[in-house]
Amino acid sequence: MSRKSEEPLLQLENLSAYFHDKRIIKDINFSVGRNKVVSIMGPSGCGKTTLIRCVNRMHEMSPGGTATGKIIMDGEDLNKINTIKVRRKIGMVFQRPNPFPTMTIYENVIAGYLLNGIKIPKKISHEIVEDSLSKAALWDEVKDGLNKKGTYLSGGQQQRLCIARALAMNPEILLLDEPTSALDPKATSRIEELVVQLKENVTILMVTHNIAQAARVSDDTAFMYLGELVEYGSTKEMFTVPKDKRTEEYLTGKFG
Amino acid sequence: MNKDIFMEKGFKVILKSAGIVILMIPALLLVTLVVQSAPAVKAYGAGFIFRQTWDPVREIYGALPFLAGTLVTSFLALLIAFPFSFAVALILSEYMKEGVIATILKSAVELLAGIPSVIYGFWGLLVLVPLIRKLELAAGIPPYGVSILSASLILAIMIIPYASTMAREVMSMISGDIKEAAYSLGGTHWEVLRKVVIPTSYSGIFAGVLLALGRALGETMAVTMVIGNTNKLFTNIFEPGNTMASVIANEFTEAVSDLYLSSLIELGLLLFIVTAIINFIGRLIIKRFEIKGAGK
Ligand SMILES: Nc1ncnc2c1ncn2[C@@H]1O[C@H](COP(=O)(O)OP(=O)(O)OP(=O)(O)O)[C@@H](O)[C@H]1O
Ligand SMILES: [Mg+2]
Repeated sequence: MSRKSEEPLLQLENLSAYFHDKRIIKDINFSVGRNKVVSIMGPSGCGKTTLIRCVNRMHEMSPGGTATGKIIMDGEDLNKINTIKVRRKIGMVFQRPNPFPTMTIYENVIAGYLLNGIKIPKKISHEIVEDSLSKAALWDEVKDGLNKKGTYLSGGQQQRLCIARALAMNPEILLLDEPTSALDPKATSRIEELVVQLKENVTILMVTHNIAQAARVSDDTAFMYLGELVEYGSTKEMFTVPKDKRTEEYLTGKFG
Repeated sequence: MNKDIFMEKGFKVILKSAGIVILMIPALLLVTLVVQSAPAVKAYGAGFIFRQTWDPVREIYGALPFLAGTLVTSFLALLIAFPFSFAVALILSEYMKEGVIATILKSAVELLAGIPSVIYGFWGLLVLVPLIRKLELAAGIPPYGVSILSASLILAIMIIPYASTMAREVMSMISGDIKEAAYSLGGTHWEVLRKVVIPTSYSGIFAGVLLALGRALGETMAVTMVIGNTNKLFTNIFEPGNTMASVIANEFTEAVSDLYLSSLIELGLLLFIVTAIINFIGRLIIKRFEIKGAGK
């Protein structure tokens, strides 16, 4: 193993995020190893979405959104890199499905290329579309209607389309914000399998409310409460012997 | 309980009758125009539309100069107004959503829509026409000043608010989720505008264009004051001309013979039909552009 692969891929140092004057997440510190799946858990409103939106610097686009602290990826401070470069390396799937309504299913998958004006040969784009849709467990359902508009799919299908769209860009890190909250059990387990498979090439941060899901797919878990990182560590350990009382209460369903 | 049902029914009746009244207004308008223009239609047939001469003394009436005047001024105005409208809409919906300058710009656009057309006509006559005359002199063409071009320019200013307000509203109504998706894929502001925001807004942008066009087709006062009011067919846009609405307004009081009056009314009918056709085609185009799931 090279030295590089032992170093964490992503490090958050004293990360705080604000909406106007309100501090939403507070001094978060943790690092994520290469090719790991990290679940981010915590009660609704504790700042999970805000946290992952800081990582690809989407948070600063929201009205009133600012952040302090460092986000280091591969030794590089992401705050010092152009946001466009950051977002090409870090893919994101949002809590609510958001396919582009003007684009067909096909175009939605390669939207990242269309948007950035990256020309790709027909053959390769077909491959990207089929590959990404298969990984997102959507190919079989849409392969005969790739020219239909993406918004004509069901909510769960739209979410998988958005996953395919993010995968098509070959990101190094993938941010998933409750990717399965709109999906049925079958599609959910396909996505979970996908997450495990993707680990070979991608590092994944996944927000989830589903404790069993976190246990099934994630190596590490971050537990947040009211904007603070309460506990961070191996999922297995945290779920069997939580160190903090709040983690324990959350895991046993006392609140959340 | 009976009272509730009674109220419910009564309310429905009121709504329905309101709907019927609204439906009847254009229908009755059309009937009036058709009935009153019947003598001219009988006398000239389809030739009315294509004849170039409009000569009340010899009782020869042809609509072509006015039909051409209406269409050319309106579309030329649209061509001139569109870039400005679109730019203002983009600025206000994407680059400057709030702030002093945005507020001033927004009010200025709204003000443009509220100015009476006779004021535009005055301004055109006092400022625009002399300016164009100077330009024509410099270019060595007959310095009419009053011309198809002057009318188009005035119309262009008048319709900017219609086209831009509609486009701005549609663009600022695009769901933030879609824009975020585009940014998260590494799009720049310009790329997001060009590939996501603008394509998603086509139907609204076009609806604004249609509204503006409708306004231009029917505008009377401002056009009359700067177009030159000749009954001859113009051969280029630097020549004077006339539009259907303008000639009706100008000659209505002098129309002494029945056929003269009837011919003017037929011009009105023609304007009505042209507007209806353009609106119909416009709706079809808007339908084609309409997009599911674009709103907030
Ligand atoms: N655009 C915004 N402007 C102001 N405050 C916001 C905005 N978005 C979120 N917040 C606030 O920030 C806090 C954290 O929100 P966030 O969306 O990160 O929570 P979350 O942990 O993802 O919740 P959920 O599990 O419900 O998705 C909440 O208290 C919320 O009220
Ligand atoms: Mg959230």
